[in-house]
Amino acid sequence: MVMHPDTPSAPGPPMEQRFMSSDTLSVTSSATSSVTSPVTSSVTSSPTSAAAAASGPQTGSDIRPGRRSAAQIAEALSDSAPRLTATQALVEAERCLYCFDAPCMHACPTGIDVPSFIRRIADHNLRGAARAILSANPLGGTCARACPTEVLCEQVCVKVAQEDRPVAIGRLQRFATDAVMDQPVTALFTRAAPTGKRVAVVGAGPAGLTCAFELAKRGHSVVIHDALQRGGGLNEYGLASYKMAGGFAQAEMQWLMGIGGISLQTGWRLMVAPQLDMLRDAFDAVFLGLGLARTPRLGIAGEDLAGVRDAVSFIAELRQAVSPAALPVGRRVVVIGGGMTAVDAAVQSRLLGAEEVHLVYRRGPAQMSASGDEIEWALKNGVHIHHHLAPVEFIAHADGQALQAVRFARTDGTSAEDVTLPADTALRAIGQQLDLMALEGSGLRIEGGRIQADAEGGTGVPGLYVGGDARAGGRDLTVEAVEDGKRAAIAMHAELTGR
Amino acid sequence: MADLRNTFAGIRSPNPFWLASAPPTDKAYNIHRAFEAGWGGVVWKTLGEDGPPIVNVNGPRYGALLTPDRRLLGFNNIELITDRPLQLNLDEVREVKRAWPDRAVVVSLMVPCTEAAWKAILPRVEDTGADGVELNFGCPHGMSERGMGAAVGQVPEYIEMVTRWCKQYSRMPVIVKLTPNITDIRVPAAAAKRGGADAVSLINTITSIMGVDPATLTMSPSTGGRGSHGGYCGPAVKPIALNMVAAIGRAPETAGLPISGIGGVGNWRDALDYIALGAGNVQVCTAAMVYGFKIVQEMVDGLSDYMDSMGFATTADFQGRALPTVTEWQHLNLNAVSKAVIAQDLCIGCGRCHIACEDTSHQAITATKDGKRHFEVIEAECVGCNLCVVVCPVPECITLRTLDAGEVDARTRQPVAAEAADWTGHPNNPMRALPA
Repeated sequence: MVMHPDTPSAPGPPMEQRFMSSDTLSVTSSATSSVTSPVTSSVTSSPTSAAAAASGPQTGSDIRPGRRSAAQIAEALSDSAPRLTATQALVEAERCLYCFDAPCMHACPTGIDVPSFIRRIADHNLRGAARAILSANPLGGTCARACPTEVLCEQVCVKVAQEDRPVAIGRLQRFATDAVMDQPVTALFTRAAPTGKRVAVVGAGPAGLTCAFELAKRGHSVVIHDALQRGGGLNEYGLASYKMAGGFAQAEMQWLMGIGGISLQTGWRLMVAPQLDMLRDAFDAVFLGLGLARTPRLGIAGEDLAGVRDAVSFIAELRQAVSPAALPVGRRVVVIGGGMTAVDAAVQSRLLGAEEVHLVYRRGPAQMSASGDEIEWALKNGVHIHHHLAPVEFIAHADGQALQAVRFARTDGTSAEDVTLPADTALRAIGQQLDLMALEGSGLRIEGGRIQADAEGGTGVPGLYVGGDARAGGRDLTVEAVEDGKRAAIAMHAELTGR
Repeated sequence: MADLRNTFAGIRSPNPFWLASAPPTDKAYNIHRAFEAGWGGVVWKTLGEDGPPIVNVNGPRYGALLTPDRRLLGFNNIELITDRPLQLNLDEVREVKRAWPDRAVVVSLMVPCTEAAWKAILPRVEDTGADGVELNFGCPHGMSERGMGAAVGQVPEYIEMVTRWCKQYSRMPVIVKLTPNITDIRVPAAAAKRGGADAVSLINTITSIMGVDPATLTMSPSTGGRGSHGGYCGPAVKPIALNMVAAIGRAPETAGLPISGIGGVGNWRDALDYIALGAGNVQVCTAAMVYGFKIVQEMVDGLSDYMDSMGFATTADFQGRALPTVTEWQHLNLNAVSKAVIAQDLCIGCGRCHIACEDTSHQAITATKDGKRHFEVIEAECVGCNLCVVVCPVPECITLRTLDAGEVDARTRQPVAAEAADWTGHPNNPMRALPA
């Protein structure tokens, strides 16, 4: 494991040792503390953190901007996996075996014909490659960046068996989709003659955008309603900066809307069910791509202390920041959770200059929903990962206002003693929930906190469809939201045109 | 260690790898570098008769057939013979031969098809101390329009006539370089032999157009908006050349005539192919033009290592050994039965064998077994065609197994006969020889 050379490291002794030496901490031993620690011996100290360390024990919380220079932060938040060069793409494309009934195609929730698009790259037919991708997945550009390909298409690539290294499908997909962004979407797809049908889409995230695009392509006109200032949903507000560098979410959305027949109404929030009835009256059909807007609380003591917040709001703030270097970041950050949002929040905290970042999960490594590559990425960026620890209490400083530490109980029974991690910031990344209040009286069936629907997104309420994270039964992947939106659009089209 | 020393048409060289007459052997500077790198010999780029220098195009002279990741499969050129003054070349030949007495220095020649022209140039070449001459009857572009090169090589009578003049006016060994742009290579080879040639070398390049520029719709390579066919060489032409080499070795009229094998030699395996099919040495151009002269070291080392592992002391130990295995289709044993076998532990599951067989051959490979992706040969359908072996990306994963005598062929349900039987006696052959 290699420390990212650009990321700051904690000065002084390895962190674990420092916890041990502290009187306020009760950690049994490193052998049983189930801590996955990055290499901490190669220490590079920044002047500020060295000064802080020299000043002795901290007396107040340390949350401030500018832990690294603006240039360092800009560099750190830039593309983590930049676009392949033309030569790299050709060489990589040559590795694809053009498998019969390719496993990668089946592993893709949107069923992209991977061998075809890769062959077209090798054939210098980039527009054809992009068309193969985008006809199955209009958000192929986002998915090329955000998909955990290592557990989807690339996991089943036969090259893994042959060479222990899959074809870089995700990066090739990005190469092909990026290549057509300077042309209008109409250079690839033609919109059908207008049908006169109008559809409302609620939520401009991956599901809603895909549904809108697929409907517009079929000649329907669509109004997308979104609660936030900008469309894009999690693409715009929720994915890590280094995955969606260069304002890609907005660029992709604008590009797709170039198909025509789509308008976006921002600042429209679904708060009560009668709004839904209004939409159903005003439009021929309605698609709900609501996402999971509610961030639950842990329900433990000290949750209102300054410094305790949701990971999603932290990421959203960072994504929207004009100057990320101006964002206040804790010196010591604890992230609670084990999914991709937790990793994104933890890594971005590190990149912004947090000295110590602990990702703490209540169950074991196998239960983490973050993929192996995500975990690797976190470790590489100096994030400490702890398992089998559940938060018990947020501990305040003497002032009673600001967070000083988070106390965790062991969930694996290895010790009755709690673990306390000092923290200036604690980020909750324990999953989001559907806002059920807004759906009360809508007639929608709820299952496990989400909206029940058939495979095409049909809710059982005529003309009302659902997809994405709000729909029950998925894995909360962007690419699944896209597939939901696509399938719903096809079903809605059939219903609207009587075919 | 194997002894790679070579004698070809009476010309000695430390190894059987010569640089062919081509741009790499245009002048002393290159050839010194080639010999420093370890080449056994060179055939000096073709000299023409004294007079105004040859003129080349000032645009692209070369084109190539490349894979998408730019590995070179085939190579094409429209360069003419040397464009340097005759005397300069002759002086350099002399200087090089003096500096490298142990290496073969052969001079390629192409002058008009008149006795006077050949009579004039031969003594001047001989005077340099060169080891021999190679008659360029193969160049298919440019010079052939002027009645030389392939224009001579396509007329057996001219080959015989010019070869005879060369033997008459020179004591040097004469190697006749043949063009593949004919219908039956045995005819020009026999003509060379009748004329007294000490050896033939083949193949020269194949007439070719590399493609069309999709944006301008002009052929490529082109110069000033137009192109002309070039001479094709490189890895892609080797199979064509090997067949011609074998044909000359098998023809009663030319059997035993020394052959210098040319065409797509890029490594020791290629050299092995030529030598095992009867060639006495090989000539190389494209590989040197792609990788530089150092590549000969890998060829020499590889061939030597192979010979050590096989227990061959010299190349003579395996020269021509594969030739008796070449025959006509009518003599192939129709009783021999092969079946493809897929090594399941090596299979990576790409399914290329299945789709190739399913779509284009004999529907003899499964796609699933018990509902799961699984590729297995259906022996009752397999004709042993080798397509699956060829398309499989994993070496040795699919192989052909020859059935033992007495084993039942699942396709025909007949036991495999122990004795061979070919088409000449097959009941379906209306021309078969009937028992007396």
